[in-house]
Amino acid sequence: MRGISKSFPGVKALDSVDFTLRPGEIHALMGENGAGKSTLIKVIAGVYEKDSGSITLEGKPIHFKAPEEAQNNGIGTVYQEIMLCPNLTVAENMYIGRSHSLLVNWKQMNEQAERLLASLNIPARATQELSSCSLAVQQMIAIARAVDMDCNILILDEPTSSLDEDEVHTLFALMRELKERGVGIIFITHFLEQAYEISDRITVLRNGKLVGEYETIALLQIELISKMLGNELDDITSLKKHEPDVSDVSIPVFEAIGLSSSAGVRPFDFTIQKGEVNGFAGLLGSGRSESARAIFTADRVTGGEVRMKGKRVKIKTPLHAITQGIGYLPEDRKGDGIIEDLSVRDNIILTLQVLNGFFKPFSLKQAQEFAEEYIERLNIKTPTADTPIKSLSGGNQQKVILARWLLTHPEYLILDEPTRGIDVGTKVEIQKLVIALAHEGMSVTFISSEIDEMLRTCSRLIVMKDREIVGELRGSQLTESAVMNVIAKGGKNRWAD
Amino acid sequence: MAGVNAIKKKTRLSNSNLLFLIAAIIFVLMYLFAIIMYPGSFLQFQTFFDLFNLNAPLIIMTLGLCIVMIGGGIDISIGAVCGLVTMACAFFLESGRGSIWGAILIALGIGIVFGIGQGYLIAYLEIQPFIITLSGLFMAQGLLTTLHKDPINVTMPDFVKLRDFEIVINWLGTRNRLGVFIPCEIKPGTIIVVILLVILASLMKWSRFGRNVYAVGGNAHSANMLGINVKRTMFITYVISGLTAGIAGFVYIMTTGAGNVGNAAGAEMKAIASAIIGGTLLNGGVGNLLGAPIGTLTLLVINELIRAAGVQSNFQAMVSGLLLYFFIVLQSIIMSLRDKREFTLALPPWLRLSRKAQGEALQHR
Repeated sequence: MRGISKSFPGVKALDSVDFTLRPGEIHALMGENGAGKSTLIKVIAGVYEKDSGSITLEGKPIHFKAPEEAQNNGIGTVYQEIMLCPNLTVAENMYIGRSHSLLVNWKQMNEQAERLLASLNIPARATQELSSCSLAVQQMIAIARAVDMDCNILILDEPTSSLDEDEVHTLFALMRELKERGVGIIFITHFLEQAYEISDRITVLRNGKLVGEYETIALLQIELISKMLGNELDDITSLKKHEPDVSDVSIPVFEAIGLSSSAGVRPFDFTIQKGEVNGFAGLLGSGRSESARAIFTADRVTGGEVRMKGKRVKIKTPLHAITQGIGYLPEDRKGDGIIEDLSVRDNIILTLQVLNGFFKPFSLKQAQEFAEEYIERLNIKTPTADTPIKSLSGGNQQKVILARWLLTHPEYLILDEPTRGIDVGTKVEIQKLVIALAHEGMSVTFISSEIDEMLRTCSRLIVMKDREIVGELRGSQLTESAVMNVIAKGGKNRWAD
Repeated sequence: MAGVNAIKKKTRLSNSNLLFLIAAIIFVLMYLFAIIMYPGSFLQFQTFFDLFNLNAPLIIMTLGLCIVMIGGGIDISIGAVCGLVTMACAFFLESGRGSIWGAILIALGIGIVFGIGQGYLIAYLEIQPFIITLSGLFMAQGLLTTLHKDPINVTMPDFVKLRDFEIVINWLGTRNRLGVFIPCEIKPGTIIVVILLVILASLMKWSRFGRNVYAVGGNAHSANMLGINVKRTMFITYVISGLTAGIAGFVYIMTTGAGNVGNAAGAEMKAIASAIIGGTLLNGGVGNLLGAPIGTLTLLVINELIRAAGVQSNFQAMVSGLLLYFFIVLQSIIMSLRDKREFTLALPPWLRLSRKAQGEALQHR
């Protein structure tokens, strides 16, 4: 692929990217959120049409307009979400939608499937219902289907994101087997160790641009991380951080011991002091959001205990957490945050109203006062408090949700990616606000995928990798290179041979 | 799937077969209970045959509905379509120029027209099946009363012959108190039920279309990615259910011999209940057509039991309701235990708060 570009309204998702896949190699495609990985593979798989550039397959120029065309040319794609039917048998899932005969020959289909499963060492039986297979096996069956359709190029889009270690091993064995047969595999993952274990080459994308293609053995982890994160610093005035008063650290505001959740974070310990701003740093998928969600019990907590100001409390639901004085601004603003059709005012008072009880509604006047106070304080740009929130820009929507939490006066506020997808000016405003809140004595956990943003606001960073805490940095240790170092060195090399 | 399972004994029973098995066992137990409690009536073969003879239309409707439900849809127009067919056939037969074959064509025609119309709107224009078939229900009801308001008793000689036609099984029967042997009788409707059951069950098991229906009901998005024509598959399921509603209408009038505004009113709800009791999940992808008659019979036997016990008839409806509730919860528990996932009611998305919506609700509480 040479000079591939693809634009969506308002965004240039791919900017003249080159990509080469050789037969019989496993090629890892890496980059942070929004780097353009998915767009690139969707262009290859024929889901999107490229705007410019050229694709050649075995020397012949090609141009796919539909996924079927790519499939017919031997390009098989297995997406992160398993695209199979759980209620059908394994064999049916491998062959359904491919034959044109009116009747189903169960015997022949099951025999063929058994042979294919055996040849690829997939631990499943043809007559098993798919839902009784583990996720890894389902993933492998999806791969087997693609392989059986004579594919030379196999695209695996984050196949390991929901697998445990053993399952990853089984999947890797299958990938190596296919590699032996000369299949070229594009492997997208955000687990660094996995990329190092299985891939021959790594291509890094960042912000839709190609950073480079590297031999995996020749690329140090630390180099890879810096290439993925980039070093561009927005030139904005540096903020003055708030360091908590060290003499006042006797009892932490919030303390978690051995907390783990159904989302798969390994048990972790965590404390935050009054007036402290700390953050979970790490790459996408490192468990930074999952940890925050565990604290707020937005995911089901599976173990560990929690103390507020030294007192043991049992928090079972987000409502419990709110009444205990914890606020959580979720990562997914559209899905988990705003109620699109309600007015700015109603969105602001929502959580407070819930705390107050539905049978004691605020008067319109009172609600209006609350709304106006925060619209002014946070500088929310909205025509009136009555405007539906969906007509506001992303940054202003985010401020409304912040206002919602501030109105409940939490002692501890978790902000998960509060600055994603909003303009630089608002970003700085939110950063300043976080620091101002800490001055007032609020404890804040700040999570962002932009490391420099976290370095500017947080006085302590908890570094995560592959769903566990691998280090902690504070004070003068807080530099970008230090964070990258911890990520690179951290963790056991669980996937090393 | 029993044959396939026999090759490798350890293969776990599929959800469809498990739920069917449970339905079958419950039916057998219930019938045994009925025999023990009321040997006088339930021990007679005729009682069993009469369940088919008198309720053939409901079983036929349930068969078509099961296919729609396996495909992840719902069709609540079937009762009204069935009722419309009875009136249209009666009207035609009594018009003086009617014939049996013409009436059959009318029955099939009305069913197919409703099936095609609703199937097109649901599959190709992607409108909620509940809404479309609800409007189909009103439409059919309206047409029925427009056609004729008063009951029409069909007196056409050919038809009366057909209505009274019975297959007598001479070697099977019971002696009454006077010692006179009464052979068992089977109505033509029962034969139609058996034929349709064989055809449709084979279709779902051994045809490409049938397997595609399961795939679409299991996960329509995946089915699309697997290369299945999801829209066409859904469309055909509604055509089949319209067709079976039409056939049910003809069988109905063949049994009762009259067109009436109240014919088959509310039958769609009984059919939905029967399908669920027979092991077809409302959220699609799971079900066995053999469960359709089992579900219907279970529902009917319970009603018979209550009647035999001399309890007021309004209790029948209440017990049917409780039974349905019991089955949905039982199925949901079994499914969640099997997949080791969190308990969720086995209902389609439009009948419950989605997990996402629940999460949001929690978020804002």
